[in-house]
Amino acid sequence: MIRFAELYNELDSTTKTNEKIAAMVRYFAGAEHSDAAWATYFLSGNKLRRLVPTSLLRVWAAEQAEIPQWLFEESYQAVGDLAETFSLVVPPGKTTTDDSLTHWVEHRLTPLRLMSDVEQHAAMLQIWNETPARLRLVVMKLITGAFRVGVSKRLVTRAIASHAEIPADVISHRLMGDFDPSAESFASLIDPEIQDTVPSKPYPFCLAHPIDNEKGPEVLGDASEYWAEWKWDGIRGQLIRRSAQIFLWSRGEELMENRWPEIESAAESLPDGTVIDGEILAAIPGGAVLPFAQLQRRIGRKKVGKKLLAEVPVVFHAFDVMEHHGEDVRSLRFVERRARLDEVLGSIDHPHLKATELIDGESWDAWADIRTTSRQRNAEGLMLKRKDAPYDVGRVRGTWWKWKVAPYTIDAVLIYAQKGHGRRSGLFTDYTFALWDDGQLVPFAKAYSGLDDQEIRKVDQFVRQNTNDSFGPVRSVTPTLVMELAFEGLQRSGRHKSGVATRFPRIVRWRHDKRPQDANTLADLLELLPED
Amino acid sequence: MVSFEPLLRPTSSGLYCDAGDFYVDPTRPVDRAVVTHAHSDHARWGCRRYLAAAPGEHLLRMRMNDDAEFQFLPYGEFISIGGVRVSLHPAGHMLGSAQVRLEHRGKIAVVTGDYKLGRDPTCQRWEPVRCHLLVTETTFGLPIYRWPSPESVRDEINTWWRRCRDEGKCCVLYGYAVGKSQSLLAGLDTTLGKIFTHGAVEKGVQAYRRSGVELPETHYVGAVEGKPDWSGAMVIAVPSAHGSAWMKRFGRVSTAMASGWMAVRGSRRRRAMDRGFVVSDHVDWQSLLVAVDQCDPETVWATHGYTAAVARYLNENGRKADALDSGGRREGDEDATADAAESAS
Repeated sequence: MIRFAELYNELDSTTKTNEKIAAMVRYFAGAEHSDAAWATYFLSGNKLRRLVPTSLLRVWAAEQAEIPQWLFEESYQAVGDLAETFSLVVPPGKTTTDDSLTHWVEHRLTPLRLMSDVEQHAAMLQIWNETPARLRLVVMKLITGAFRVGVSKRLVTRAIASHAEIPADVISHRLMGDFDPSAESFASLIDPEIQDTVPSKPYPFCLAHPIDNEKGPEVLGDASEYWAEWKWDGIRGQLIRRSAQIFLWSRGEELMENRWPEIESAAESLPDGTVIDGEILAAIPGGAVLPFAQLQRRIGRKKVGKKLLAEVPVVFHAFDVMEHHGEDVRSLRFVERRARLDEVLGSIDHPHLKATELIDGESWDAWADIRTTSRQRNAEGLMLKRKDAPYDVGRVRGTWWKWKVAPYTIDAVLIYAQKGHGRRSGLFTDYTFALWDDGQLVPFAKAYSGLDDQEIRKVDQFVRQNTNDSFGPVRSVTPTLVMELAFEGLQRSGRHKSGVATRFPRIVRWRHDKRPQDANTLADLLELLPED
Repeated sequence: MVSFEPLLRPTSSGLYCDAGDFYVDPTRPVDRAVVTHAHSDHARWGCRRYLAAAPGEHLLRMRMNDDAEFQFLPYGEFISIGGVRVSLHPAGHMLGSAQVRLEHRGKIAVVTGDYKLGRDPTCQRWEPVRCHLLVTETTFGLPIYRWPSPESVRDEINTWWRRCRDEGKCCVLYGYAVGKSQSLLAGLDTTLGKIFTHGAVEKGVQAYRRSGVELPETHYVGAVEGKPDWSGAMVIAVPSAHGSAWMKRFGRVSTAMASGWMAVRGSRRRRAMDRGFVVSDHVDWQSLLVAVDQCDPETVWATHGYTAAVARYLNENGRKADALDSGGRREGDEDATADAAESAS
């Protein structure tokens, strides 16, 4: 466990990709398969199901530190990271044991879940007593399920590939889906011989790159080498039909079982050995695509009721095929894959499983015109895909491009601020913005990103010096700063004070040139609403 | 807030003693200032008369205008200013740092300035002074701040130096120019290699030496001729030099910050340095409580940093306490102006 904590510390203290990979390779080289398996599991973003309620942990930590509860919370506000607060506030342990990561996870941590409060309390005190601050940080990250350390799954994949001397795309495919953190699965993960036969296993998704709106798509070369599709705003999914079973994976590699029954039932007609890539959209079968806000009503529902099924039907807009009649067809050209996709979907002709439309145009100008109608269709713009390209994985540039319409923008006033987490912990980085309505500032959006580090420091200082009131962690400040916000979509909403919900709001720039009274009004915002 | 007038009251220019007509660490130019130590956020320019502790004479003169009138008082000796008995006592923050003790009509107030309880080979250790009113700094006044022992951090720093030397890298260790840098210097293992200094640090080193503090041999970077091989060297510099053109000469470097703020990962990562060593010349949570217990005041005024949290905690634990200021000190404020002014040199 000490070595794993050291790895965490190394990964946490560098921003250099190569150093991160080197640290992981060193770890894998020196670790038992069982530990390597758990390390892979956690580093790729998996967590243990909640072991101990954090509300209890906070109470016990305050007791151990001999401080009142409010002071623990104050400390948490200053640190911005709960696991780290435990590691700092609770006095350091007196003894240290060097049990393995596997021992810790399987014999110390996982059993916590089945214990009573009293047993958990005793077990936690013992854990705290056996962990110095650095080790405790990692243990608490695992217990609170907040283990994130600034490595992407791709980096972990590269490290394992380098350690095992196997190509990264092979590791990447083997790591898709649920990874069982056992010594056996790590052994087969790095085995150069093994063939992959698990029916549920998805393929890595092909990713698109953005086209700079200033430059336009002309930089891609000749328009005749591309096909265009709508860039839908839904949920990316990979639909697998193998061994008479159906698996629907999200882009975050989660199995979405029972959540999209229309699509699962449609997939039952697919021939065995079919894997298709597409977008789940709220849409009238055979008709228009509905706004993302409608789809949102179904996201997160594990079971979908009849009423919701009727009100918000979904359609799988397929745009690619990776496996056809049991054959991996990713190396075929897009034109050939698309022909196979049309053939396989044409044969089942199901209203909830459709090949997405290819948009006529064939010149950048023609597509530019069509693109202006994106918002009416609830699309975000166009996708441009090379006709002769294979289905790429990893970060290969140049095969799929997203050509989004320009975002909406509006000038708003910063009225509330809250401290951020992670790298920005301790600084005021999470802001609420407001627009004018009848002489009042009405909050309408929260934005977290868009300013550089220097600007963040300036805003942080401003917040500290201009706080009028505090509500828990939220500071209300004198309305002074004006920022230009951009957002992708706009919906009426009963849950928001302003009556509208924005999608992906972010800060474009700090309008030093504007006074708060120069900011936009709520009426300006409502004017941007698409007509019903 | 319990009044201690005419002994001491907070004003917009800092703590003021009506009975003696002087300020302690005034924030603006005043006629008469009693100064706790030579850092620029405590010893401001432009006052007419300064009173400070004798061991800090060279440091204070280095930073102040010669036109002013200085008086230096050995630790523990009393003088009378307008009927107020004034004495200065070791604060352990840096060479010549003092707690100011004021006594008038049977009431005693102590202003700690910045202070720490831990050992430091470059200055005299903090001593408790019993009082009715304790004005304490609370820069690191939260239980998340718990300093490791100075010996263990010294070992960590030397281990880092050794590893960098073996990898052929040059170590750049950042600390405030005066106080922190010299105390870091005193802990270095001189068998590992040569030690170089940034201009602002070197000035401080020389003032320390003139004051009789023994420090390892240093070489001022600006006086180095030719193109030396920097691998294996240790450079002590001010934080504002990080990322500047001045750094380029050193080639492959490993950078580290030595500061109490390094206890929290967010602060460490924002600095974008390779290492962060938890070394502070301020009291951490535990030693703050120890200091309050030993000075045993009826009333505590908290200043700088987490004033509200410390005041509330003390109130809940049997002492009268108030937060003097709520704005508070933040990471980098300490001595920042001095660094900015001197990093060019």
